[in-house]
Amino acid sequence: MTASASHPSQPLPLGSGISDRLSKKASRHVKERIIEGLLFSAAAFSVFVTIAIVYVLVKESWVFFETVPLSDFLFDTQWTPLFDDAHYGIMVLLSGTLTSSAVALLVAIPLGTIIAIYLSEFAGFKVREIAKPFLELLGGVPTIVYGYFALTFLTPILQTIYPDLPGFNLLSAGLVMGIMIIPYVASLSEDAMRAVPMSLREGSYAMGATRLQTALWVVTPAATSGIASAYILGISRAVGETMILAVAAGMQPNLTFNPTEPGATITSYIVQVALGDLPHGSIGYQTIFAAGLTLLLMTLFFNLLGYWLRKRFREVY
Amino acid sequence: MEAGVEGTLLKAEVRDLDFFYGAFHALKRVSMPIYDHKVTALIGPSGCGKSTLLRCFNRMHDLYPGNRYAGGGIVLHPDDTNLLAPGVDPIEVRMRISMVFQKPNPFPKSIYENVAYSLRVRGMTNKSELDDRVESALKGAALWGEVSNRLKELGANLSGGQQQRLCIARALASDPEIILFDEPTSALDPIATASIEELITELKEKVTILIVTHNMQQAARISDFTGYMYLGEMVEFGVTDQVFIKPQKKATEDYITGRFG
Amino acid sequence: MLKAADLDAIRAIITRAKRWDLFFSMLGILSLMVGVLTFTVLFVDMAIQGVPRLSYEFFTSFPSRRAENAGILSAWVGTILVMLVTALSAVPLGVAAGVYLEEYAPKNWVTDIIEINISNLAGIPSIVYGLLALGLFVYYFGFGQSILSAGLTLALLILPVIIVATRESIRAIPQSIHEGSYACGATTWQTVSDHILPYSSAGILTGVIIGMARAIGETAPIITIGALTFIAFLPTAPFAGDPPAGLFDWILAPFTVMPIQMFNWTSRPEAAFTVNAAAAGFVLVFMTLAMNGLAIYLRYQLRKNIKW
Repeated sequence: MTASASHPSQPLPLGSGISDRLSKKASRHVKERIIEGLLFSAAAFSVFVTIAIVYVLVKESWVFFETVPLSDFLFDTQWTPLFDDAHYGIMVLLSGTLTSSAVALLVAIPLGTIIAIYLSEFAGFKVREIAKPFLELLGGVPTIVYGYFALTFLTPILQTIYPDLPGFNLLSAGLVMGIMIIPYVASLSEDAMRAVPMSLREGSYAMGATRLQTALWVVTPAATSGIASAYILGISRAVGETMILAVAAGMQPNLTFNPTEPGATITSYIVQVALGDLPHGSIGYQTIFAAGLTLLLMTLFFNLLGYWLRKRFREVY
Repeated sequence: MEAGVEGTLLKAEVRDLDFFYGAFHALKRVSMPIYDHKVTALIGPSGCGKSTLLRCFNRMHDLYPGNRYAGGGIVLHPDDTNLLAPGVDPIEVRMRISMVFQKPNPFPKSIYENVAYSLRVRGMTNKSELDDRVESALKGAALWGEVSNRLKELGANLSGGQQQRLCIARALASDPEIILFDEPTSALDPIATASIEELITELKEKVTILIVTHNMQQAARISDFTGYMYLGEMVEFGVTDQVFIKPQKKATEDYITGRFG
Repeated sequence: MLKAADLDAIRAIITRAKRWDLFFSMLGILSLMVGVLTFTVLFVDMAIQGVPRLSYEFFTSFPSRRAENAGILSAWVGTILVMLVTALSAVPLGVAAGVYLEEYAPKNWVTDIIEINISNLAGIPSIVYGLLALGLFVYYFGFGQSILSAGLTLALLILPVIIVATRESIRAIPQSIHEGSYACGATTWQTVSDHILPYSSAGILTGVIIGMARAIGETAPIITIGALTFIAFLPTAPFAGDPPAGLFDWILAPFTVMPIQMFNWTSRPEAAFTVNAAAAGFVLVFMTLAMNGLAIYLRYQLRKNIKW
């Protein structure tokens, strides 16, 4: 937009100066530059947010790791930072995060993918026009409400099936979290499938393929990278989800991969500490930054993976 | 249709076909014969309905809402069935009448899988049978020599002309009765165009061909019969030489000699 | 030539393939139903539990130790004030960033970094924003556990949403409009302020509403900055009290918001508080649904009325 074109040299004699009316107005020029500078700072501000996040988390974690060796943090099998006999094994919180995320993804990925294929390849215009906004609404429900639902509705139902299920458990939280993630997976995958050009579908139909054959053998493979990044977004939602777990999974640290047990996740631990009354600067206060840094690194990894997948497998139609 | 048809069998017949895109009357009582093992070309200015007619043959219009076959039909011989009858399964029609599109549209799969696709759709899974059929389809499309040692590569890595021949191989693999070509060379350079044209003339040994083209020289070079369409109507149909040298209608003559307008 | 036997074989294959088609269609509808059903059950269950509790007193009472006297006055007032701060800071910043990236940004590594960074920010869990705010706003800037800290935190959280929405609505404006404006001798800023912003405002508004709907329901980052869960007073209104409060005194007041009030009641064991939680949850869902619904409606209207 700001590029200026070069003018062809003209055989006419060049003027010795530029007429007043055509000269660049200095005042106008300066005003434009100032506005551009302001807008640029707004855009660059987002970079400062990232830097600030990294700075705050690293700074507070630094203090933490001066007291707690990294090896303890990574390999200790207990997480009891608020006890006298303090242990700082992040593995305990990670196990809760991974277990609940696994349950959620077992719900969200199959259902989300099926819904995406159905909406993109099978459903008529009307169904799609109703279903897509509905999915959006489903994704817009505050997660605290989902947490309430898991605790007061789903868990009692699950308890009628498994009477031994405790009132707080990772299973119920994970299942509801899965349903919360369905819209993200479904809507992004559907976008990727709809971006597959019609000519590929026509090629498939012209060979006598059915809808399902076209969907599974032509459209889905063509949309792989988009679908993969939808899954990755789903994963990072699951890993970062907080309130459902804080409400429905209990907040007691528990090194387990059994979803029918209660457990704390990285996120719900942060909530638990924030709800308490820890003095600023204490080691307990710093644990939440170390936990937060772990979380940030995990989501950063998934984000980069998604970015790389999109770049590496960008569809060439 | 008093065109010279001695020694030729009828493969299909369009009879009084009416077709609508929503409220737009795109084909108006169109009739024409398609002769077995011949190349039939459809010519006419853009928007005249030639592609629309072509896409009726394999029921591509069924994919989109709002399209309507409003009368008449396309009778396939020797079955003597109307392809457009509501009871006829479009998928069966497409298995028997294959299509090659304007722009090459190889699937994002290997060369081998692109050709094998039309066989897999029919439930063929036997590896050696697939290998044989893929090889003979690629040979039929004059592509085997160029790709026999790179069958695992992506179809999209081929040049434009090769991609189009890959699509022809794909259409050929399942032994269709008719292959429909929708302006198959409009996206190709002259050399690739020549090779596709040569291929089409060879293919009529095996299969009946219906081709839409906006290039009159092409129609003259490769077709045995030509139909000239204008505004959704079949203005003239006949043996290609006759249509081009001695058109019966003034409108056809004007179009062919470039005085159209 | 196709033999009758071959034709029969083909028909058998098609019949089988179509059976799979039908099976998948049903699977698709079933999967959609899981979503629809969950949402319906969630909403109806909460309505049954909570709606009887919704009374005038519920909206005009402070939280209380006795469940039946408790209300959401401080929560909804807090939510509105926090949203005000969020909107006032996120909208100008987000729109400006979006305009820069679409209309000004040269194609170079700085722009690349900004773009990658924004998509990365969108993927960071909300609780991490809470930690940032705790370190930065609450302690480093000394805003404390105030409406200002909470509003700014949520502003950072929805910034990517607003930037993306701005860029998409600007991109929907055809290039010919740009060229028309430049051809009249307009500068870049004149083009932006006279054409680009007015024409994309409805789309931007849609994005803003969606972002705000998300912010209203966010709980985790606000808990992280240490919002109190039991607030039995309102922030002082401008010029109220003695000595009179300043115009912006409320901005540094402690506060609570709807989702936190709901969380607080949900974590109480007594059934009566669960009912309160359901009632608060119903109000909260109603607010987010209304906002999202409005956004969806706006977008639908926009698509219908598109003129170019």
